[in-house]
Amino acid sequence: MSESGYAALAIGGSAGSLEVLCGILEGLVSPTRLAVVVCLHTASREIGELCTVLSRHSALPVIEAQESAAVAPNQVHVAGGGYHLLVERAATFALCAGPRIQYARPSIDVLFESMADTYRRRLAGMLLSGANGDGAAGLRAIHRLGGLTIVQSPETASAPEMPQAALKLFAPDRQNTPDQLIDAVRGISRLAR
Amino acid sequence: MIKPRDPDAEAALEADDIALEVFIHALKLRHGYDFSEYSRASLKRRALELTRKFGVERLGDLIPSTLYEPALVREIVSHLSVPVSSLFRDPEVFLRLREEVLPMLASWPRINIWLAGCAYGEEVYSLAIMLAEAGLTQRSQIYATDFNDYALERAAEGIFNRQNLPEYRRNYMESGGQARLSDYYHARYELMRMRRELLERVVFAHHNLVTDGVFAEAHLIMCRNVLIYFTQPLKDRVLELFADSLVRGGFLVLGNKEALSATSPVADRFELVSATDRIYRLKRDGV
Repeated sequence: MSESGYAALAIGGSAGSLEVLCGILEGLVSPTRLAVVVCLHTASREIGELCTVLSRHSALPVIEAQESAAVAPNQVHVAGGGYHLLVERAATFALCAGPRIQYARPSIDVLFESMADTYRRRLAGMLLSGANGDGAAGLRAIHRLGGLTIVQSPETASAPEMPQAALKLFAPDRQNTPDQLIDAVRGISRLAR
Repeated sequence: MIKPRDPDAEAALEADDIALEVFIHALKLRHGYDFSEYSRASLKRRALELTRKFGVERLGDLIPSTLYEPALVREIVSHLSVPVSSLFRDPEVFLRLREEVLPMLASWPRINIWLAGCAYGEEVYSLAIMLAEAGLTQRSQIYATDFNDYALERAAEGIFNRQNLPEYRRNYMESGGQARLSDYYHARYELMRMRRELLERVVFAHHNLVTDGVFAEAHLIMCRNVLIYFTQPLKDRVLELFADSLVRGGFLVLGNKEALSATSPVADRFELVSATDRIYRLKRDGV
């Protein structure tokens, strides 16, 4: 399966994912028609700092995803803390202040499921290192609607539980090492439509 | 290339989308609760949670319950709203209220406060504590409203889980609290019950921002983490309702991620007090 034709890339991660994510962002080719949305388990006060750190590794602007703003191409949108982040059918962001899901807010499942509904086959989802099961159900939702699903191979993850939980739930399209993840985003961003 | 279409998966998604719209319509026609202008992504999520709660398989299975089991409507509505908060949530907002807004409110002989969307009441008690510490209780009247009757009952009870106490304590301190939080509640097992005196100047009432009009003439309106669930036209209508409900020079406090955008029809009736804390003030000269 090649990497052309995607409109959006959803990335989720938790413990041990930051370094991998920085590498992935370095792989993004700019300008791109791809919109990138990132959900890490972070506290609300760290979002500005997180965007600053990530932007050092990205040719694309890295910004906090704002309520009702467009999921714009050629940008990396990052979920802030304290709220769940969702994507509406019109490709705009929505927030929800509901309870934590599997101890997480923002929840990767919530983001992935709403993006799966919106982008269907034109969505690629990546689930990285993490010490809990958030994101597995969301990645499966992407899979069911025909999107591309990639997990970081558990043996390369400093916290393997998150990719393992996805592997337990269904068979994702790929298990990639960090280097392969970088190659994948290079292709996905270059060939996005 | 991307994968070939999966007609079954797409058909299932489309069926769910239609079921959600029919469910929303049924709720409105049968019970008068209008969710049609709620953002769909999180509403769909809550509706799907409701299917699990009711032990039914599909979204469409909620429709018969909505139509034929009136006893369930309370539960349905309660589940579709999102009543999550904590005492002194976003303490920096309460600190600014304490330091900058309350002294201004004190210049009025009588202070009407409207908490729109009070949910389980965390903000009602937070505000009542602040008013007490500012010596303003006797001059104040808090109207705490919600469209979720279950939440209103919970709010009036004022019972919270003590498991969140460390967070509440920290918030209270950071909000400029002048006493100890424990002065304001009775602890019992794993629960804490807020002191009844705090409700001395509080009235709880059913009010639906979607369908109901001006509720009271207010000097301060707090409506936090409610507008995020609304589509833009409904947001604009509710902001207009707030503008019409405030006295000149009255204050409006929105949630941390909600803004009175420049494109809002009422934007020019307000001036900005704090961009970070989302506090606005109705202009004195009106429009």
